[in-house]
Amino acid sequence: MERVSNLSYKNQRILIILLFSLVPVVLLLTFSYLPVIKMFQYSFTSWDGFSKNMEYVGFDNYKTIFTRPEYFAVFKVSLYYFFATFVQMGLALYFATILSFNVRLKNWFKGILFFPTLLNGVAIGFIFLFFFKPEGTLNTLLDLAGLGAWQQKWLLNPHLINISLAFASVWRYMGMNFIIFLGAISSIGSDIYEASEIDGANRWHQFRHIILPSIKRILQLNLILAVSGAIGVFEIPYVMTGGSNGSSTFVIQTVDVAFKYSKLGLASAMAVVLLGIVIIVTILQRVLIKEEK
Amino acid sequence: MHTIKYSAASFFKYLTLVFGALAALIPIIVVFFASLKTNTEYANTGPLTLPENWLNFSNYTKAFVDGNMLLGFMNTIIIVLISIAGATLTGSMMAYILARFKFKGSKLLMSAFLLATLIPGVTTQVATFQIINSLDLFNTRWAPILMYLGTDIIAVYIFMQFLDSISESLDESAMLDGASYWTIYWRIILPLLSPAIVTVIIVKGVNIYNDFYTPFLYMPKSSLQVVSTALFKFKGPYGSQWEVICAAIMIAIIPTLIAFIALQKYIYNGFAQGSVK
Repeated sequence: MERVSNLSYKNQRILIILLFSLVPVVLLLTFSYLPVIKMFQYSFTSWDGFSKNMEYVGFDNYKTIFTRPEYFAVFKVSLYYFFATFVQMGLALYFATILSFNVRLKNWFKGILFFPTLLNGVAIGFIFLFFFKPEGTLNTLLDLAGLGAWQQKWLLNPHLINISLAFASVWRYMGMNFIIFLGAISSIGSDIYEASEIDGANRWHQFRHIILPSIKRILQLNLILAVSGAIGVFEIPYVMTGGSNGSSTFVIQTVDVAFKYSKLGLASAMAVVLLGIVIIVTILQRVLIKEEK
Repeated sequence: MHTIKYSAASFFKYLTLVFGALAALIPIIVVFFASLKTNTEYANTGPLTLPENWLNFSNYTKAFVDGNMLLGFMNTIIIVLISIAGATLTGSMMAYILARFKFKGSKLLMSAFLLATLIPGVTTQVATFQIINSLDLFNTRWAPILMYLGTDIIAVYIFMQFLDSISESLDESAMLDGASYWTIYWRIILPLLSPAIVTVIIVKGVNIYNDFYTPFLYMPKSSLQVVSTALFKFKGPYGSQWEVICAAIMIAIIPTLIAFIALQKYIYNGFAQGSVK
């Protein structure tokens, strides 16, 4: 490095900017932007992923997606996860609010509520397979509580399967929202609370007029993530049901179409549609946030 | 009247907290119970029944050996170590030049990284697969490593935030002593960034350890299995031996639990820093 220090600081600066950004930029282009371009290209072909030449088929793949109900039906499954996100954020906000005030065993509760977020996705899938089994945890608990009549085949009943899976998803991600909200709430100065108490505000007033406005941006950010999260659901249903019984999500379907049935062109078109939806939602969200200002 | 209302609210508060804690713990605890039961015991008792012998680790041995979990841990550790070392270096380098130098294209660079995070990774998997394939990286450890290394705006953000709190006069006084920018980065900035590095290591480490999608798709070869994919293999062949599956689940969870207890303080900071703003 002796040679470097002989250069003038101006030249050093150019050199170091180039050197330090080289690897990240190459990785960024190769694994973020190139795939997007390739994905658009594949989406207009009937490529199977193996053959040497790609045949361009125009908008055929897109026609297939929008006209064949079996391809579009998976979005209905996303709705379950989308609604579940609101439950998840509501719970997270509730727990974050009460745990930011004085509570006994505060750190224990924080740790326990947050821990599930750190767990391995496959492990969580198995844990909830065990939980929802006909003679599993949930049914045993119901029996114990005298609610034996409520016992269900949670993962075999097509009306319940997605609700059960979405519940597992809430269990998994609630802690993440919780810790983010907790961080945001704790950055509010305690003098504001004190001042409001002098003015006679109760906890609800404080929540409504102090906490909620100051975490609004994070709440909105989480909403955006909720949409793309709901469409991008993969691990829990894949590990638990393999997408059977009407629980297949868009990503499971894309992976199946691409790698099981070798229809890479069609799978790419599906991915383009998915990306389009995420972009539209993000833009909508941006516009709505701006209008509020 | 006031006190009655107050204590009712307080009771409700603790009731919900206890309920929340139970909801978080019970699914894991029953798996732990089952992992300590013998086959016949498992068949004849409910999930909430305590195991007869708390030291019956035979399921763990079986899961560890049959599932070849040691191999899974080895591969995971290799991938985690290389990815984290690389991500820390590249992330801190990017953050250093972006935070300290104003140059043409620095805004463009920043937005290029930001925009990339808005593209959900799952959408481009099919095309990424072809790229990995054409680089001859399919079924090698390099496939996930390169993908974990690339485009990590969160690490860059954490480092940049932290760099703002390191006074630039430190850089300047080092320059008066004739230090090169490289020396400043390597000798001054990097050591001072260590709290941020711990944060990045935890956030990335947790993500990589728990990731299933990437190794499942890009390293199906069984000699390259990681903890996630090793665990996934228990599905199917062990359908009737839930006590063994439960032991395998616990084997995958225990490292997380230990890390969580040891690093609790940093973990909270890390996730708050990594996710906000």
